Amino acid sequence: MAKKTKPLRFDTDWKYDPAPESASAAKINEQYDLFMDGRWQKPLSGKYFETINPANEKTLSRVADASEKDVDRAVRSARQAYEKVWKKMAPAERGKYIFRIARMMQEKARELAIIETLEGGKPIRESRDFDVPTAAQHFFYYAGWADKLNYAFPNKKTAPLGVAAQIIPWNFPLLMAAWKIAPALATGNTVVLKPAETTSLTALKLAEIIQEADLPPGVVNIITGAGKTGAAMVNHPDVNKIAFTGSTEVGKIIQRSIAGTNKRSTLELGGKAANIVFEDAAIDQAVEGVVNGIFFNQGHVCCAGSRLYLQESIAKEFIQKLKDRVATLIVGDPMDKNTDIGAINSKNQLDTILKYIQIGKKEGSAIYQPACSLPKKGFWCPPTLFTDVAQSNRIVQEEIFGPVLAILTFRTDDEVIEKANNTPYGLSAGVWTDKGSRIFNMTRRLRAGVVWANTFNKFDAASPFGGYKESGFGREGGLHGLTPYLEIL
Amino acid sequence: MPSKTNSTRLSVLKTYKLYIGGQFPRTESGRYYVVNDGSGNPLANACLSSRKDLRDAVSAARVAFGGWSGRTAYNRGQILYRMAEVLESRQPEMTRELQQSGSSTAQAKKEITACIETLIHYAGWCDKYQQLFSTVNPVASSHYNFSVPEPMGVVGIVSSSENALLGLVQVMCAAIAGGNTCVILANTESPLASISFAEVLATSDLPGGVVNILTGKVPELLPWMAGHMDVNAILCDPSTAIARAGLEQTATSNLKRVITLKKEDILSPYRILDLQEIKTTWHPIENIAPSGAAY
Repeated sequence: MAKKTKPLRFDTDWKYDPAPESASAAKINEQYDLFMDGRWQKPLSGKYFETINPANEKTLSRVADASEKDVDRAVRSARQAYEKVWKKMAPAERGKYIFRIARMMQEKARELAIIETLEGGKPIRESRDFDVPTAAQHFFYYAGWADKLNYAFPNKKTAPLGVAAQIIPWNFPLLMAAWKIAPALATGNTVVLKPAETTSLTALKLAEIIQEADLPPGVVNIITGAGKTGAAMVNHPDVNKIAFTGSTEVGKIIQRSIAGTNKRSTLELGGKAANIVFEDAAIDQAVEGVVNGIFFNQGHVCCAGSRLYLQESIAKEFIQKLKDRVATLIVGDPMDKNTDIGAINSKNQLDTILKYIQIGKKEGSAIYQPACSLPKKGFWCPPTLFTDVAQSNRIVQEEIFGPVLAILTFRTDDEVIEKANNTPYGLSAGVWTDKGSRIFNMTRRLRAGVVWANTFNKFDAASPFGGYKESGFGREGGLHGLTPYLEIL
Repeated sequence: MPSKTNSTRLSVLKTYKLYIGGQFPRTESGRYYVVNDGSGNPLANACLSSRKDLRDAVSAARVAFGGWSGRTAYNRGQILYRMAEVLESRQPEMTRELQQSGSSTAQAKKEITACIETLIHYAGWCDKYQQLFSTVNPVASSHYNFSVPEPMGVVGIVSSSENALLGLVQVMCAAIAGGNTCVILANTESPLASISFAEVLATSDLPGGVVNILTGKVPELLPWMAGHMDVNAILCDPSTAIARAGLEQTATSNLKRVITLKKEDILSPYRILDLQEIKTTWHPIENIAPSGAAY
């Protein structure tokens, strides 16, 4: 039976004044070279490309386009640093360097958050309260592991792999850099890291911090470029480990290109998470959780709760409350501290999202978008809900990577498990219910690497993250995040 | 075919079939190949499994997965132990089987003993590896957060090309002790002991479909196994001379995990871990004592 609850009321006489963060508190160079061997080096290609602010399409800076030869230089410097310095260093000393990086990131947190928002389009509230602090936490967490690896794997010894090539996406640029670099360094590997071509700046800022922290030259090399640069990293013969976060499509290309080699890999790929709400859930909290699940970071989240499964008895009430809540979300200037949904990261991604919205309409689903005025310049998409959706629809099966939620219903726990697991992905899932035994029934049967019960989109350096099935393999975070960078002997 | 007659009685020859879903069907293809003994004389006709047999075996393994992974770890441990019991009682027969394939008596006895010891060892791990590889994670927020290993699902296995029976038992244990179900491609040259071992499985309370055994040509079946969209992982014995590059490329279709068995460290919970995923679960903790008061 549906509980009789009052509708959520958000109307008020109070209006938000603009509360912009100041861009001037961050220093962005006009041009960035490649950070290799502890120095800034011009690309042999001589080429640079522009990076823009997706909220107003203005150019922020120019960054180097690393060619195959540049990649080779970076790998050589990583190899040399590995053989001559890093693998010989006392683990506790290694750890102290990583602690230093964590502390310097905290010191420069405001500047990092501003740049993350300017270049990536995410609300400053998120980069300030989530991305940057969690990135620093990752360095701090893994720093402490460096001299404790012998305690991590019962009855085993460990050894580093060598040079790790790390390729990261544009949705959490600094945080993904931290997820990759921190465990690699703690386990004694050296690194060549490439940020995504639309979000290079915070990784380059991190390179400045690494330089300032006096990390031995070549232990971390940060190079910029697009897919070609990434391919050169994957195919470089002197790389021992590939760590990639991005699409399942590219993940498969990487797996194919290293087939038959001894290169190890970690792949964090796409997802299409089910977020399941039972009738006995705390409904108003669940509404908040669903909103956070899909609209956090404009839905540019591989583990976003993009499929909402509502128990039939509460579906009508829940959808109304969800619409009421979504109508209050503030879409606009990412630098404004009140903004809930910022800019879509790139024109390309906006096109993809709009394509899927068209597909959803064509498939016969009902669309809801709140009335909101979007800025003229930049890339924007209002929060979007689809109802009257079938399990086989493309907006249910395929990852959209934007603020688009497909809403479906179910009657029994067996039915919803069947539907939730009916996807090639298996990255994350959510379940909302007040019944403890049901929580464990569901969380055990959901085939996904991270399951949130009565919460969603929570992350922590101590918490392993990674997928089942086509969402990839390997874990990042926690003790389990050490394994992908170690030979366990 | 050897007639295996003696002066008083015509002996009954055994028909070697496949083991799929707890049943012993013939290959649907109607194909067979001749298996020789150690001296190269024909010993028996074995089923030359087809792509469709493989498909049937994967379906059976998938159907069995929910039940097997959902059983209590204690129960899985008892079933592995039961396998050891049954194999112990069938030692003479299985030893004879290995001898026919060319092993010396001492070799055969040693191999069967090792099989039994392996089963016992893994029976004991069934309800213990979780405690070694699970963690409670101290997250910096008001959440209870823990990580546990879970089986990958359906594992396709390429069995050893030497010590056919022991090799099969080793890969099987690594897979099923951790709650996976599997499809095993038996050693092509000496598959008979593997099928006789299936009779041990069938009488050990092991639910049908948890282990499926196919005989035939590994190079013919492996590409289909590697490309099958409902197989989650491939486990290869290192002795098998298979081209890894091709296998790993085909396995990309659904991002299968391709694992080479570490034989030198075979009696180890890390072999179970090779075929596990790690699941992390979060739940909020009500902030009932913000003032720091105890309760």
